[in-house]
Amino acid sequence: MARMMYREAVLSTIAEEMERDENVVVLGEDVVGGMGTAGGPEAIGGIWSTSAGLFGKFGADRVIDTPISESAIMGAAAGLALTGKRPVAELMFADFIGVSLDQIWNQLAKFRYMFGGKTKCPAVIRMAWGAGYNAAAQHSQAVHHILTGMPGLKVVMPSTPADVKGLLRTAIRDDDPVIFLEHKALYGVKGEVPDDKDFMIPFGHARLTRAGNDVTIVSTGLLLGFCEAVADKLAAEGIGCDVIDLRTTSPLDEEAILDSVEVTGRLVVVDETNPRCSLAGDICAMVAEKAFASLKAPPLSVTPPHTPVPFARELETAYLPSIPKIEAAVRKVLSYR
Amino acid sequence: MQLSRDQLLRAYRQMKVIREFEERLHVDIQTGEIAGFTHLYCGQEAVAVGVCEHLSADDKIVSTHRGHGHCLAKGCDVDGMMAEIWGSRDGLCKGKGGSMHIADVDKGMLGANGIVGAGAPIAVGAGIAAKINGKGHVSIAFSGDGACNQGTTFEAMNMAVVTKAACIFVFENNHYSEHTGFEYAVGTSKDIASRAEAFGMKVWRGDGTDFFSVFETMREVLDYVRVPGNGPAAVEFDTERFFGHFEGDPQRYRGPGELDRIRETRDCLKKFRASVTGAGLLSDGDLDTVDADVLQAIEDAVTKAKAAPRPTAEDVLEDVYISY
Repeated sequence: MARMMYREAVLSTIAEEMERDENVVVLGEDVVGGMGTAGGPEAIGGIWSTSAGLFGKFGADRVIDTPISESAIMGAAAGLALTGKRPVAELMFADFIGVSLDQIWNQLAKFRYMFGGKTKCPAVIRMAWGAGYNAAAQHSQAVHHILTGMPGLKVVMPSTPADVKGLLRTAIRDDDPVIFLEHKALYGVKGEVPDDKDFMIPFGHARLTRAGNDVTIVSTGLLLGFCEAVADKLAAEGIGCDVIDLRTTSPLDEEAILDSVEVTGRLVVVDETNPRCSLAGDICAMVAEKAFASLKAPPLSVTPPHTPVPFARELETAYLPSIPKIEAAVRKVLSYR
Repeated sequence: MQLSRDQLLRAYRQMKVIREFEERLHVDIQTGEIAGFTHLYCGQEAVAVGVCEHLSADDKIVSTHRGHGHCLAKGCDVDGMMAEIWGSRDGLCKGKGGSMHIADVDKGMLGANGIVGAGAPIAVGAGIAAKINGKGHVSIAFSGDGACNQGTTFEAMNMAVVTKAACIFVFENNHYSEHTGFEYAVGTSKDIASRAEAFGMKVWRGDGTDFFSVFETMREVLDYVRVPGNGPAAVEFDTERFFGHFEGDPQRYRGPGELDRIRETRDCLKKFRASVTGAGLLSDGDLDTVDADVLQAIEDAVTKAKAAPRPTAEDVLEDVYISY
């Protein structure tokens, strides 16, 4: 095992997969950085440092620095994937799906289906997402509910460095298009990561990070840690929480959620997307449809309000689900009679 | 360079297949038996064939909503295409794609596309792959004068130049973006090629109603782009659309006598026949034989498409993912 940051797990996994398979190519804005400047190539190596050094190691053919043209980046990833390459494209901020969604949604996601199953499209689209940086309404959003609703895409949301490693490797080796969402507030988080260069985590298998019989908490990303903190606090009072890290929202490990709710009878879903047509709403509805008889209380969701992400520290803090808000929701489902 | 007799016959046949495929669809669609939206390529055959006759399966093309001609010219199976448009399970895309999404990746045909302007970025990706592979293969983005106004097309042209993608932007100017005139919608000097030139590409122009103009122009373009390191190029072909934007379009935007005039003076098949018979390269009889063969092939394709098995409700769930 090696101890590394979430961002380092991204970079090292890409490097290992590029080493293993010459068809893996990286493209995106500033993934090299410094092109056409006095400072020269690799002045940056990606604004998240998730491609630092790749250009020097693998060259310009395989580490493709692009103009700020998100549609063309996503489209080029689609074209590369259709013609034998395995592109790992970086969309600098998940919010930028707004300017490139056609290529993701109408092209990449649908090729296999529209073409009658006669092609594969092994592209990985990496995106930094989430609030916590005071980056305001156009650089802080959670968009996984939108992408999860698109047939043809797989949506992956690692919450730890080890999961980055195992899930990103699976994503790069997967023959379907994969959206890989990296929470920007987690880039600096450290954790133990397996050394095995074939370490992979299969999609659609959630991770139970805390075990208990009284309530089920489902989450992913930055908020997972908040949920774990709540579970640890309640454990001291003798209240047991199952905390489920979804890992992937498409495919969704419904079984892990339903199995847990069958025991606990109580569900809290904690997610960073806005509440309407959301992941939390989707999971609550799924449980209501499939495990109604097991429920001892109405499922609850903890999400931001139906507003854009605000800028000021006080406002962003108020916007995001917090440990107290999650704890209150858990106590509410526990006290339901 | 003089084309051989076989090459000439093949080029004529390819254009004729597209023409009769589309003319037959135009008739059959009116019966109501064919579902969905259909956009016919009739009138532009010389472009698709003049381009694709230079290509191998390792060269890739990305097409448009008006894609039947590109598909046929790139080697997609006539029966498979007809069956697809009739929505059959035997269709090239198992009835999942229809007219606007015909593809055959093994033949280098990376898909027609229902989104105007979406193809160019995909072609850039294929062109980057071709550059990386270094074997002199190219990718081609077919776009119309409508798609030339999409931001995606601009992004793609710049990206191709920056990355030196082995990509060719073929603009087919049929003078109509849907129901709006080129004179109105294309601001830049009424000239698409000059836009491409402004992105830093070498550009060519040709007569898209003349197979020989397209073929010879494309030879020069391909000679240039196939050289490693040269990067992309663009070409604009002036052409004509014999039918409406979609089947059922009343075409109230056409001028008096316009359709008769372009059918009479701008028909690439008539021009081809006049040219090769005038030069004594092929006889009218040679071409008439091709005509009869093609008509029979289209008749057969329709018969097979009508008799082909229909997809079932279970098929809806197939082919979304390879594994899920």
